[in-house]
Amino acid sequence: MSDHGTRPVLQGCGIVKTFGQHRALDGVDFDLYAGEVHALLGENGAGKSTLIKILTGAYQPDGGELLLDGEPIQLRDTLHGQGYGIGTVYQEVNLLPNRSAAENLFLGRQPTRFGLIQRREIETRARDLLAGYGLDIDVHAELSEFSVAIQQIVAIARAVELSGKVLVLDEPTASLDRNEVERLYEVIGGLKAKGLGIIFITHFLDQVFDLADRVTVLRNGRKVATEALSDVDTTDVVRMMLGKDVSFEHHPTTLNSRTKGRVRVSFKGVGRTGLAPFDLAVHEGEVVGVAGLLGSGRTEVARLLFGVDAAESGSFTVDGQPVSIRNPAQAVAAGFGFCPEDRKLDGIFGELSVRENIIIALQAKLGWFRALNRDDQIELSGRYAEALDIRAADHDMPVKFLSGGNQQKVILARWLAIDPTFLILDEPTRGIDVGAHAEIVRTINRLREEGLALFVISSELDEVVAYSDRVVVMRERQMVAELASDDITPDAIVQAIAGTHSKENTL
Amino acid sequence: MTRPTANIRPASQPPRPPARPVYAFVTQPQVIALVAVLLVNWALFPGFFTITWQDGRFFGSLIDVLNRAAPVAILAIGMTAVIATKGVDLSVGAVMAIAGAVAATLVTSGVPAIVAVPVALAVGIACGLWNGILVTFLDIQPIIATLVLMVAGRGLAQLITEGTIVTFSDPVLIFIGTGSILGFPTPAVIALVLMILATLAVRKTALGLLIEAVGINRSAARFAGLSSRVLLLIVYSFAGFCAAIAGLIVAGDIRGADANNAGLWLELDAILAVVIGGTSLMGGRFSIPMAVLGALIIQAMNTGILISGFSPEFNLVVKSGVIIVILVLQSHLAARFFQRRPAAANPSSSGQQK
Amino acid sequence: MNRSLRPLLATTAIFLVAYFVAVLQHPNMLSTRVLGNLLTDNAFLGVAAIGMTFVILSGGIDLSVGAVIGFTTVLIAVLIMWLDLHPLLAFAIALVTAGAFGAAMGAAIHFLKVPSFIVTLAGMFLARGGASVLSSDSIGIRHEFYSAVSKSYILLPGGGRLTVIGIIMLIAFAAAIVVAHRTRFGSNVYALGGSETSAALMGVPVGRTTIMIYALSSTLAGLAGVVFSLYTSAGYSLNALGVELDAIAAVVIGGTLLTGGYGFVAGTFIGVMLQGLVQTYIVFDGTLSSWWTKIVVGVLLFMFIVLQRLVFRSGPSRS
Repeated sequence: MSDHGTRPVLQGCGIVKTFGQHRALDGVDFDLYAGEVHALLGENGAGKSTLIKILTGAYQPDGGELLLDGEPIQLRDTLHGQGYGIGTVYQEVNLLPNRSAAENLFLGRQPTRFGLIQRREIETRARDLLAGYGLDIDVHAELSEFSVAIQQIVAIARAVELSGKVLVLDEPTASLDRNEVERLYEVIGGLKAKGLGIIFITHFLDQVFDLADRVTVLRNGRKVATEALSDVDTTDVVRMMLGKDVSFEHHPTTLNSRTKGRVRVSFKGVGRTGLAPFDLAVHEGEVVGVAGLLGSGRTEVARLLFGVDAAESGSFTVDGQPVSIRNPAQAVAAGFGFCPEDRKLDGIFGELSVRENIIIALQAKLGWFRALNRDDQIELSGRYAEALDIRAADHDMPVKFLSGGNQQKVILARWLAIDPTFLILDEPTRGIDVGAHAEIVRTINRLREEGLALFVISSELDEVVAYSDRVVVMRERQMVAELASDDITPDAIVQAIAGTHSKENTL
Repeated sequence: MTRPTANIRPASQPPRPPARPVYAFVTQPQVIALVAVLLVNWALFPGFFTITWQDGRFFGSLIDVLNRAAPVAILAIGMTAVIATKGVDLSVGAVMAIAGAVAATLVTSGVPAIVAVPVALAVGIACGLWNGILVTFLDIQPIIATLVLMVAGRGLAQLITEGTIVTFSDPVLIFIGTGSILGFPTPAVIALVLMILATLAVRKTALGLLIEAVGINRSAARFAGLSSRVLLLIVYSFAGFCAAIAGLIVAGDIRGADANNAGLWLELDAILAVVIGGTSLMGGRFSIPMAVLGALIIQAMNTGILISGFSPEFNLVVKSGVIIVILVLQSHLAARFFQRRPAAANPSSSGQQK
Repeated sequence: MNRSLRPLLATTAIFLVAYFVAVLQHPNMLSTRVLGNLLTDNAFLGVAAIGMTFVILSGGIDLSVGAVIGFTTVLIAVLIMWLDLHPLLAFAIALVTAGAFGAAMGAAIHFLKVPSFIVTLAGMFLARGGASVLSSDSIGIRHEFYSAVSKSYILLPGGGRLTVIGIIMLIAFAAAIVVAHRTRFGSNVYALGGSETSAALMGVPVGRTTIMIYALSSTLAGLAGVVFSLYTSAGYSLNALGVELDAIAAVVIGGTLLTGGYGFVAGTFIGVMLQGLVQTYIVFDGTLSSWWTKIVVGVLLFMFIVLQRLVFRSGPSRS
């Protein structure tokens, strides 16, 4: 890090970006030097992708400015950014799966003679180019025939060819195996040696330490810190990522003398390819919190429990009775509810009214012929809207007009309406104003008191601490630790996630 | 941009009484459009609204519009549900031909109509089921899946009729096509009854809501515990059933089954009727009566063009104009234009029409 | 092997087997005369199917081609018979009109962001309606150019005739193969069909390409109208009814994926010839009726849709 110049190649100063009322980025500073790998970390909704979209020109900032080699620039779009030398490789490879590797490299700038593309020349040049990345493939073959790793390298080659100053890698390793990751390391190392500035986004901490020179951590649209990785360890980074924004009062175990209710649901040896089998039992009036970084397998566990992905092994028991849960309909029939992480994609029906969104799961459970009439619907939605304090001018208005926090409460109301035994909440506070977090946490605590069994995934450490009776820690697609009662402290969770000094807790 | 209404507490506010239904209905743009078209027809042809009673039934241009709109209206009833699930059924015209051919062939070979009609309807349902299976189990896009039957269906119909126009004199079939009930043409009465039954079926049960949910967000529907497969099979089968009824009417009208021309291009008219009725091609909110109104608008324009002496094909030009206007109005360009105006005060009504 | 080749190979194999079986039953079918007629009788369909290939490759659909053919035949007849223009001038005017019409549809699809099927449906109504507004009756064309064209052909060994319209189709296919596989425009068409988002990110001018694709499709439908006009020496607004369906079927049977991105122009040629072969076989057979064509084409369509589902469903093979 000493050999780069005094001036950053790319710099963002006080970047602000708002969507509607949601402030996605709030005065973020970021700088990148030539010849460095700069990791960008943060949970979902922290603002990572918004920041790189601004740095590459996909979005325009509402405040702050971008400097390239010290000169202020304004990027209209990604092609404009590419012209300035800023290239991007996205997580879901944004190339053409249906065309050859060679064509993907040269699309839009194919050498032509008399208007005809010189295919042989393209193929020769593509082969030479990829050889520089240690890749010897049939460049004539369709891109989708290759592994994701090779597609990534082709995408990197194209981006570097077209830009050549700054390369943004957005979770390039998300779906690679270890050998492929090694290969990508070599490629990135080579580009770094050539003097490119590389922004590297990932959720694998070990890769950050393997590869990056510096790290910037974002949380809730703000920069937590930028540190040289030689100065910090994993625990520091996890703490920065999960840190505290809001403080909550107390750990629930101190409220009651722990008289655990009976076991409502239990799972034995439940697993699936890519997720180690696990055992779990949740009691009446108990909240099991799940801590773990993005990609640790926490969402996969929730999907398995709800039958979104069918389990390949293991058994499910509800109130002592064995049940089969192969799809969400069976889960609902068994009295399960699930608030998914991606509300917009998997949760709300944007065009349907607030009322219909609340009653839909109950209606699906009742079947077509036992339709809830309008009065029932109004009564149900009114009851749960009041219980959860859903703020909507009118329950007949489409739910898409509500704020994120209210939409989350609508989905919660949807599940409360079926009178569930077991509720799974995946990141219930994601994308919600910080102010509304406390409200969701209060609601979770209240549901526990009403005797529900809850399974709550969160990347907000203090929230997990605030409502959990037990905390399951996940790392690398398995449950690695379980903390109970007084052991539940932010520090203990951070240790377990980082996997450093917590061997004695390991399951 | 919409303004989240964050500060209003529902608990302190009683549910607002719904707007008076009659007023809400009359101010629908489709109703206004139909009235406008009818008034233009009246201006062109002063006798347009005259209805006479003769031989135990009503006669007049208005009755004619009802009668002729019936096949497309019936197709539109089935098509609405399909489009609400984010699908489309291109095969209904061909299914009409098949159903007509089946019924005509059966009655001419001596099978009583009381058997032939149910068989024809069952064949229509089977055709719809075939489409539904391609869409749900093979996961083929609806426009492509239904194209197969659109291409092959007429061939099948000709196979049944052996290439001829099978004429018949069966009184039941002729009654379906040309008879009258309480003075009104049978096709119009069938369309009305079917519209009422279908509307009751989707609105008095939860079917309508679940169809809309699947059309709006299939993934969220799955997460909410809804099984969309059975729903899709029902919806496509119902479209086939409606097509079969329309096929019987058209056959009864000409007292014969014409495999080549029965229902030709009517699938496109049906889609147009649904779109005029305010159901988005992207699925979601739907209204069966509005789609029937759409069919009436199309037919009223047809009749207007005929009585004003233009060639009937001129109607195609008008139809294309209607599509273009609707597309422009529904587009994001128009949305941006209308947004400049004071924020729409009442978003609750925007679900019903676009 | 490139997996998009599989449906194409399947089509070719089916064509060869079908032809072989047909020849076994009717040895007369193995003659240049039959081949010549196959080209002549399917020339207009072939030309229209070329345009449809580009549209489908890009992930769209064009329901207006049959109507544009009909409109073009009427326009040409009107220009020649009523306005006394030379046929070549009439052809030029017709092609330009058709091209502009397609460009307008492409612009509507791009700027209004609506599905292509509904825009081209409006286009279909407009073209059919426009044709019948010009003239609702069939107009016969009598012109020495037409008789000269119908008398000129290349005599093939064995007595077959390669007619002018057959040659037009072959040239159009040859040119289209070059455009699809050897020009930047062709690459952009495949890019749009592969992924519009990726294509835009990679710098493909999405709007311009979309407009050009539909302009090309309508221009070729116009050329098909010219061919149809030469073939029948008449202009009629209801000409080529339903040809869009035959064209779509030919494209799909020719191995192009209906959802776009994969396929070959050459495959469409085989798809057209296969449809022609079915028709010819039925004529030769004498006992089979014409509706079998539709059923066989429908069955082929179904087979290829399912085949494509199987070939393209599997994700990337990890190598």
